[in-house]
Amino acid sequence: MDWQIILDILPSVLLEGLLLGLVYAMIALGYSMVYGVLGLINFAHSEVFMIGAVAGAEVMIGCVHAGPAAALVLALLAGALVSGMLAVLIERVAYRPLRRRASKVRLVPLITAIGVSFFLQDAARLYLGLVHDDFYRVYPNFELLERTMDLPLQATIQGKGIVLMGVAALMLGVLWFLVVRTPMGRAIRAVAQDREAASLMGIDPDRVITRTFFLGGCLGGVAGVLFGLLYTQINPYSGFFPGIKAFTAAVLGGIGSIPGAALGGLFLGVLEIMGGTYLPLVSDGNIGTEYKDIFAFAVLIAILLFKPSGLLGRGHVEKV
Amino acid sequence: MWKKSRTLGGGMIPLLAAAIAGSFWLLLDPGSTLAFLVWLAAVLLTLAWEGRPRLRWALGAVLLLVVLPMAGMANSFLLELTVQIGIYAAMALGLNVVVGLAGLLDLGYAAFFAVGAYTWAIFGSAQAAAFLGGTFPLPGGYFYLFLFIAVITTALVGVLIGLPALRLRGDYLAIVTLAMGEVVRVLANNLDHPINITNGPQGITPIARPPIGWFSDLLGSVGLVLPAYIWYPLFFYLLVLLLIGLITLVNVRLSDSPLGRAWVAIREDEVAARAMGIPLLRTKLMAFATGAAFSGTMGVVFAAKQLFVSPESFTLVQSILILTMVILGGMGSIRGAIVGAALVTVLNLQVLKSLSEYLNVLRQSGAVLDLGFWRYDLSALPTQLEPAKYERLVFGVILVAMMIWRPEGLLPSRRASLELHQGE
Repeated sequence: MDWQIILDILPSVLLEGLLLGLVYAMIALGYSMVYGVLGLINFAHSEVFMIGAVAGAEVMIGCVHAGPAAALVLALLAGALVSGMLAVLIERVAYRPLRRRASKVRLVPLITAIGVSFFLQDAARLYLGLVHDDFYRVYPNFELLERTMDLPLQATIQGKGIVLMGVAALMLGVLWFLVVRTPMGRAIRAVAQDREAASLMGIDPDRVITRTFFLGGCLGGVAGVLFGLLYTQINPYSGFFPGIKAFTAAVLGGIGSIPGAALGGLFLGVLEIMGGTYLPLVSDGNIGTEYKDIFAFAVLIAILLFKPSGLLGRGHVEKV
Repeated sequence: MWKKSRTLGGGMIPLLAAAIAGSFWLLLDPGSTLAFLVWLAAVLLTLAWEGRPRLRWALGAVLLLVVLPMAGMANSFLLELTVQIGIYAAMALGLNVVVGLAGLLDLGYAAFFAVGAYTWAIFGSAQAAAFLGGTFPLPGGYFYLFLFIAVITTALVGVLIGLPALRLRGDYLAIVTLAMGEVVRVLANNLDHPINITNGPQGITPIARPPIGWFSDLLGSVGLVLPAYIWYPLFFYLLVLLLIGLITLVNVRLSDSPLGRAWVAIREDEVAARAMGIPLLRTKLMAFATGAAFSGTMGVVFAAKQLFVSPESFTLVQSILILTMVILGGMGSIRGAIVGAALVTVLNLQVLKSLSEYLNVLRQSGAVLDLGFWRYDLSALPTQLEPAKYERLVFGVILVAMMIWRPEGLLPSRRASLELHQGE
């Protein structure tokens, strides 16, 4: 084992982890916000992310002659809109009828969410099969986005990496502004705190919930397009692992907390890339990258056991 | 008030008609899928029917022990299919303990099936020699012993997975079990190095089957002379029936026991249950271990029947498949779990597959669909469009539809149907 190698590649490993982490952070916010207002783990959010990525791919392939900037902007817009509307649709069709009935059985919404998630995976597959007679979509290559730039410490970054960082930072900033500084954000926070009291203050919870789903969906869709840019290929099952890792990130940071979700996402992204790169090196290839997907699970289990409220979350006392 | 009609209490005549029609049709034409479906409908109706216990038992025995084995001799695929249904039914019964009775949403249930299957696969094949040395496979007779060993190993794994997971509240538990299920699959996929325990993605084959000389002797001694190729399918069919019987018995006895009541209490209100002195973690662990043990036993049967196991058989889709069965039948309902398993398996293995084949025929026929205003060349049907591959879509629709319109399931347990329709 060579410590020098490990040290040499550290900057690029960290950078790659940071990029992946930003994607996780954006997805994690969708889980976190929905959990905040509904107390529901929206399993279908990973598919909202995936469908955003597919929509982005479609638009980008369609606009391939319009140049990288236009194609990128349109793809991001399409991803955000399609995912946002899809999330709202899911809430209307699947979750709202359950809320109306106010069933006491807690498993009901959760099982519905799993059903929606499975349904959407194959619905996307059906779409790809019917329209393209294919199983996946590939993001087009733009020279500008592929070009690499040298950074200090032998690290390099591609054009799309810079785009990813910029867009992600912008989205996180906008979201923070919306939630913390606008009346809509205040309404969302109020519903998250106490739905009944909020509705007594003249807030329509259903409207707030719809908006929350839309915002979360938009973020997920943009994350999907960025993820597609980074890893180029998207298939109907691409959402599963990023989804579950992002959920882990949300729990890690403290579910319901926006900075927490961002922090958790970054941490997991860096952890995953570091583990995937270094474990084979450290173990002489005996333990390989194939275990990278289960780091997130190990983190999830550890955090739930030792600090269930997450890094930045507040403790939760169940009142009877 | 109890309305009899809701529980099919009055449906004796349609039941008998279905049973007789299905039986004769199946015996006359064992290759017909439709005949099998009618027979299956008769079995499920017998199960759902609430009148005349003696007639019900007699009818069930004739349908299961006489009609199907006889038809199966002409078409052994029928036995294969019913064994598959049976394995799923047994697993659904196991998951029903965890999800239905104790209210713990386990999304990694296939992991226990995997542990059971690999327990026999590793020792019932040459695989164990790869890391233990010595002479393997074990003689096939060990199969019977391993049915019990798997109960112990999977129950242990259930406790191991449950210990961290079950401290969590309901919705976190779902995610953690899902994660654990994936971990088991990833391990099965990758433990071919540095030490080769599971043989990785290639899977393990051939796996020993139990010697069934005694079984064919037994058949011979009652005057049945059967072709040799039918022995194993018939043996597995009867074995699975026996195991389902046993598991059902355990299920019924458990759900009426103090432990079963403790599970229901936890499901209804964890805080209140604890206040009543129920040890939460231990009681939940019991539910987990019980469900795991059922699944593990069926894993051993599965490994011996298939002669082959690989990580592919134990994915999240499998876990959701079994969950769908439990939800469709009705959480907490024993008969529901069996009915759900039969319906979902048939849908998955028969209906979707037939649709795929039908589409293939259409594609190759080169016919043109002509609606006057719209023409469609059927040979242009996308090849990616294969209903057999859209199982997730089907499970998703079933799960969502059931949760919205009939959360208590098709054959609800009495308690669930009262609870979910309060004040209607």
